[in-house]
Amino acid sequence: MLNLILRRVALTVPTFVALMFVTFVAVRLVPGDPIEARTGERGIAPERLAQLRHELGLDQPVWRQFLDYIYGLLHGDFGVSIVTKTPVLHEFLILFPATLELAFCALVFAVVLGVPAGVLAAVKRGSVLDHSVMTVALAGYSMPIFWWGLLLIMFMSEYLGLTPVSGRMDLINYYFEPVTGFMLIDSLLSGQEGAFGAAAAHLVLPSIVLGTIPLAVIARMTRSSMLEVLGEDYVRTARAKGLSPLRVVGLHTLRNALIPVVTVVGLQTGTLLAGAVLTETIFAWPGVGKWLIESISRRDYPALQGGIMLISAIVILVNLIVDMLYVAINPRIRHG
Amino acid sequence: MSLLSIRNLSVSFATGRGPFRAVDRVDLDVAAGELVAIVGESGSGKSVAMLAVMGLLPWIATVTADRMMFDGRDLLSLSARERRRIIGRDLVMIFQEPMSSLNPCFTVGFQIREAMKAHLDLSRAQRQARAVELLELVGIPEPDRRLSAFPHQLSGGMSQRVMIAMALACKPKLIIADEPTTALDVTIQAQILDLLLKLQKESGVGLVLITHDMGVVAETAQRVCVHYAGQQVEMQDTRGLFRDPHHPYTAALLAALPERARGRLLPSIPGIVPGLADRPTGCLFSPRCGFATDTCRTVPPPRAGAELGLALCHTPLVAGVPQRREFAA
Repeated sequence: MLNLILRRVALTVPTFVALMFVTFVAVRLVPGDPIEARTGERGIAPERLAQLRHELGLDQPVWRQFLDYIYGLLHGDFGVSIVTKTPVLHEFLILFPATLELAFCALVFAVVLGVPAGVLAAVKRGSVLDHSVMTVALAGYSMPIFWWGLLLIMFMSEYLGLTPVSGRMDLINYYFEPVTGFMLIDSLLSGQEGAFGAAAAHLVLPSIVLGTIPLAVIARMTRSSMLEVLGEDYVRTARAKGLSPLRVVGLHTLRNALIPVVTVVGLQTGTLLAGAVLTETIFAWPGVGKWLIESISRRDYPALQGGIMLISAIVILVNLIVDMLYVAINPRIRHG
Repeated sequence: MSLLSIRNLSVSFATGRGPFRAVDRVDLDVAAGELVAIVGESGSGKSVAMLAVMGLLPWIATVTADRMMFDGRDLLSLSARERRRIIGRDLVMIFQEPMSSLNPCFTVGFQIREAMKAHLDLSRAQRQARAVELLELVGIPEPDRRLSAFPHQLSGGMSQRVMIAMALACKPKLIIADEPTTALDVTIQAQILDLLLKLQKESGVGLVLITHDMGVVAETAQRVCVHYAGQQVEMQDTRGLFRDPHHPYTAALLAALPERARGRLLPSIPGIVPGLADRPTGCLFSPRCGFATDTCRTVPPPRAGAELGLALCHTPLVAGVPQRREFAA
């Protein structure tokens, strides 16, 4: 077991090396540089430009910059943002709870709805319910996130007036210092009446928008996995024992069918963090995704490099955890 | 009164090319403590008929019967819930593939205790004790330790022993064993079969043994049903069947037994069982039958009387000679 974990951890090393290289190159492939992005169309004196470039180390050869970057990373230094002059790691840690909170709620939404929908569709295979679930799932998977977000804002917030349009909190009504960075927890800690409800209301639409694609993927995966397992001999054995359909489906079938679903859920963390970039932009959600988008337009190389590295590290870590979880729920691997 | 009594059981499956009748008007009676064998080639509807009795067929199957009584209860009129109270307790089934018939996610002990939990009024400790007792009964060493094993840690023979223990958990009245040794190594087959027969004799439980091993039938069963292409072509007590088979198919099956072969070549039955597309109009066995006449090829055969083994044949054999019957249309 320990051996297995160590092997999986070792396998992440090449991934990280590739990531360092790709982010470094990709960031520099965007036309323009941080100075030009800041000076805009007014132009700048060549001497001043050279001086600023020198200060930021941009006058160094690219390979030199790359080595400096890797040297920093190996020492746990993600660099300092060109724009805000604060360490990238510090900035990331302030913004990340907002993204995590959103991604978590989206994932809960996707799993809580997706798994039962997939199970029902599989059990009632070929029925109207099955076809409706699969049609909705396909539609959800095909829906562009930004458009879906705008539709929901127009209908739920504008037309029905049920949910806030954007942001994390009604700052006019409630204000408290962040303790954990998670608005749901902080609002409870603040003890202000109605604060938690307001925080939750702000989460509804972004969570639905961000959770839609994972929801569709999970529902489809659960359905096909359930269909496969329902045909297994051991499900027939379970029925031959005279067990209730609920126990046959909910325990004997689902337990086995969830093994591949857990993997898919893990893979969705990548989708969630990528989707967060768009969702946070639509809903003015002050998280990592929005920060990255802004860093692109500012050509804030350290922020982009560091931010992408950190997000990738989290995706890799989550996948590692999912692999471990997979071992835990599948006895055939555990005792292999 | 018989424990299981079936009349005119038919099962058809809805397929892309129309309904396929996998079981065609089959009768079966099993008395308490009796061992009845059902023999036939693959695809002759033996398993499907028994799955129909258990109520385990998929929804695309349509089951009809004039009578399907078990232990004085009409299985046809029971609700699903009432039926589940019988299945797994009084009426149990052992399947062909022991390795895939156990759930890989749960321990052996969990799966054995589960049926007891569903049907019997036992405490947790009593269930555990009974599980240990059952594993001992089926000859598994170190039962305490084995109960916490997962199915993939067991061999095929061990798995089938566990399946047998599971079947016996609630002290059933009838066990249906669907080719319980087919998937096992030859050396293990005899062990498992001996075990099953020993337990059957000791506990006095009824046993329906589905098999295609005539040797096993000769040694064990009191009565034999011979199935061919979904139909029951003959039913006799074992001694009579081996001495004087009345249906040409039974005769051909017996002639193909190695121990009965006299020439250098082992006799075999030419052709294969007809499928959905190539069903003959008359007797289903006529294309492969050495005694077939024009009548056999065009008119479905009538069922002979009990003295002729209820043979489904125009010209049932007596001492290997076809008997032409006047009443046969």
